[in-house]
Amino acid sequence: MTTQHSPNPGSPALDPKIPPGPIQDRWDDHKFSVKLVNPANKRKYDIIVIGTGLAGASAAASFGELGYNVKVFTHNDSARRGHSIAAQGGINAAKNYRNDGDSIYRLFYDTVKGGDFRSRETNVYRLAQVSNEIIDQTVAQGVPYAREYGGLLDNRSFGGAQVSRTFYARGQTGQQLLLGAYQALMRQVEIGPVELYTRSEMLEVAVKDGRAVGVVVRDLVTGEITAHSAHAVVLATGGYSNVYFLSTNAMNCNATAVWRAHRKGAYFANPCFTQIHPTCIPASDEHQSKLTLMSESLRNDGRIWVPVDPDDRRAPNDIPEDERDYYLERQYPAFGNLVPRDVASRAAMRMIEQNRGIGPLKNGVYLDFGEAIGRLGRAKIEERYGNLFEMYERITDEDPYEVPMRIYPAPHYTMGGLWVDYNLMTTVPGLYAIGEANFSDHGANRLGASALMQGLADGYFVIPNTINDYLSDYLNTKPVPTDDEVFMQAVAQVREREQQFLDINGTRSVDYFHRRLGHLMIDYCGLARSREGLEKAIAEIQALKEEFWRDLKVLGTNDSLNQSLERAGRVADFLELAELMCRDALDREESCGGHFRVEHQTEDGEAKRDDEDYAFVSAWEWVDSATPQALHKEPLTFEYVPPSQRSYK
Amino acid sequence: MDLTLKVWRQASSETEGEFKTYPASNVSPDASFLEMLDEVNEHLNEIGEEPIAFDSDCREGICGTCGLMINGYPHGPQDGTATCQLHMRKFNDGDSITIEPWRATAFPVLRDLIVDRSPFDEIIQAGGYISVNTGAAQDANNLPVPKEAADASMDAAACIGCAACVAACPNSAANLFTAAKMQQLNLLPQGNPERYSRAVAMVETMEQYFGSCTNHGECEKACPKNISIDFIGMMNRDYVKAQFKFTARDAQNKGK
Repeated sequence: MTTQHSPNPGSPALDPKIPPGPIQDRWDDHKFSVKLVNPANKRKYDIIVIGTGLAGASAAASFGELGYNVKVFTHNDSARRGHSIAAQGGINAAKNYRNDGDSIYRLFYDTVKGGDFRSRETNVYRLAQVSNEIIDQTVAQGVPYAREYGGLLDNRSFGGAQVSRTFYARGQTGQQLLLGAYQALMRQVEIGPVELYTRSEMLEVAVKDGRAVGVVVRDLVTGEITAHSAHAVVLATGGYSNVYFLSTNAMNCNATAVWRAHRKGAYFANPCFTQIHPTCIPASDEHQSKLTLMSESLRNDGRIWVPVDPDDRRAPNDIPEDERDYYLERQYPAFGNLVPRDVASRAAMRMIEQNRGIGPLKNGVYLDFGEAIGRLGRAKIEERYGNLFEMYERITDEDPYEVPMRIYPAPHYTMGGLWVDYNLMTTVPGLYAIGEANFSDHGANRLGASALMQGLADGYFVIPNTINDYLSDYLNTKPVPTDDEVFMQAVAQVREREQQFLDINGTRSVDYFHRRLGHLMIDYCGLARSREGLEKAIAEIQALKEEFWRDLKVLGTNDSLNQSLERAGRVADFLELAELMCRDALDREESCGGHFRVEHQTEDGEAKRDDEDYAFVSAWEWVDSATPQALHKEPLTFEYVPPSQRSYK
Repeated sequence: MDLTLKVWRQASSETEGEFKTYPASNVSPDASFLEMLDEVNEHLNEIGEEPIAFDSDCREGICGTCGLMINGYPHGPQDGTATCQLHMRKFNDGDSITIEPWRATAFPVLRDLIVDRSPFDEIIQAGGYISVNTGAAQDANNLPVPKEAADASMDAAACIGCAACVAACPNSAANLFTAAKMQQLNLLPQGNPERYSRAVAMVETMEQYFGSCTNHGECEKACPKNISIDFIGMMNRDYVKAQFKFTARDAQNKGK
């Protein structure tokens, strides 16, 4: 398997449009220099938003407030259910309310370093800048953040940071922020500028003369396929961790929207940058449908350990202190249990590899609250983590107040996504990607409590200030009518594909193929990757794809609610994306953040970056079904945070 | 475990439905209820019968997408638990389990176990928000919020919008949902300026779709987040106060 290298690294198609000047001034200068759309003209523009998680709901609400006409689509039955809702721990902001040395610059610095120097400095600086506005905005919306007795906002600390900058609402921060955005969105639905379509899945982007002009959507209840046109299309459809089948993502999270966009010309950036979250509940058997995350905030008070003796079969509470290995505290004394996620996950993986895992399947490590309960009392722990402990007990039937939790890493977040410039526009003019769907701010590893921050930054504050730069050129132009040939073709494509799924009439269910794909991906493109494994995975994915299109069995019809048919389309796209992930991982001959190539590690097993040859964003261009994607490179420069070997010791 | 399932099957909102019986064999006690149904669906697909349609998404009890009537109880027998968090260890080998969709006139069945809960969105749309545009906010710490208020608001805000409260109510009332969503905002200083108009708008929209509350308290029992019916009392208080306020204001306006 060879990968195609673009002859011109820093290809002209990949202009990130980074504004000049000192990094502190770039966002303000940019907002001043972009073209504006005056308030009276905004109602002449139509914008389509796909997805109603944090990014989509906040963007659609903000567009509505500005006066644009917005159509927003979600596959969920309500705009309140996007998977942002499951984020537990918190949201970062550089308020420095704790007087502990935090600043915008420090949040920027931590995020660039945490991303292992594979993100765009200018984007990250902007993210840190608007983080404070997010807290102000969401408080004004009535998000019930945790408070101190004086009535001011409380904070806690998170992995990868030495300051307390994480704002939270019990263990349900994502839920509360999403409900805030959903409520802002519903207010705009009531006022009028936003039209909301629930149980509606986007299945194709329409591109005319190189510009995105609309989408094709399936009504998941009636099966009706409709075309919708607009001046711009914004994808806010989340990440692709479900390519692993078992992940912490919701069952319906999928990559179809971004993948369809990729096939229509949007470059896919850093597909191999995935995050395996260290604190999830280990799988119990082969019928498991998904994995459940336990918030990283638990690492504030929980201590991670395994028995010193791999054959120690005693109950955890019977194992004395000196026979426990608190391996994170031992290996990383400065950060201890609060090392970044990639570091914590790989350390757990090494314990399991050394056969030191715990639990019935020896597939976990302990997260122990005994010491914290002794120090702070059970009531304090209950206040901080009560709902998480309950959630854990429901799933495992074990009481974490009495017995240490068992945890193990699981796929959780994807840093990769559609390539976007500083305006969050993809390589297809008029097509934007925001939130987890783009690749922009987290480099090769995302820090905890930064996903909520990025989703809301993109939706509330960035795209409402950048989309006007594109739209202003189309003043007084009508959107392409939906009976245009480009829409007819896109609708026909969608119908034809649906019919194909129904016509295969093989013997295996969609889940059968999805599970097998998940096994391949976690084994070969998960926590550790090797050339040999990735090459094997690519061959096996291709064989699996062929088998899928030959032996899939989808019952029912396409003119009714048909969940197997919905999933078939998503898994078909995952099969193609999986191959690209492996090819990207193969091409990147270095280890960085969540991408760990076993061939590239330091003597003590840490990721070994190659800044000489790999300080770039990989952006893959779709060619056609028979030809592998072509690689383009966006070089990364670091003017403010000089790349260094990340050390959390 | 070996179980017998009696499942409601219905092709669409236009067609009649019926119970069908399916065996579920070799069920692991560690499987979740929905994973058990996944397995049954795999089997149905194999033998050429269309799988049972049911809604679920996060499968960790927070998104509120799932919701089944299990042996007549919304979300099944375990208190404070959404359907997706219910595990088979709560059942016994040989059990017969009846599975139905939420039953309420306001929630038509779309297919099998899936219902349309969009009236909940209508209630939020009517006033379940604080009117603040993006960018207009002051510094977050300029407005202290008493911890007690923030905690009480959070207790209400924990609602996941699953609609078990409606399914449990003999009148199919949505008072617990509406009250939780309203009081989450009304309890905070930020929510105060719109407190009474919000109460009227949300209650009156609720009443277009749902039955009336007669204080059975079934909703609280069924709620997977244990939301207290105290919030219904607070909602009623705000609604009644709003009537006096608005009547007084209308009278004043007439006098002018």
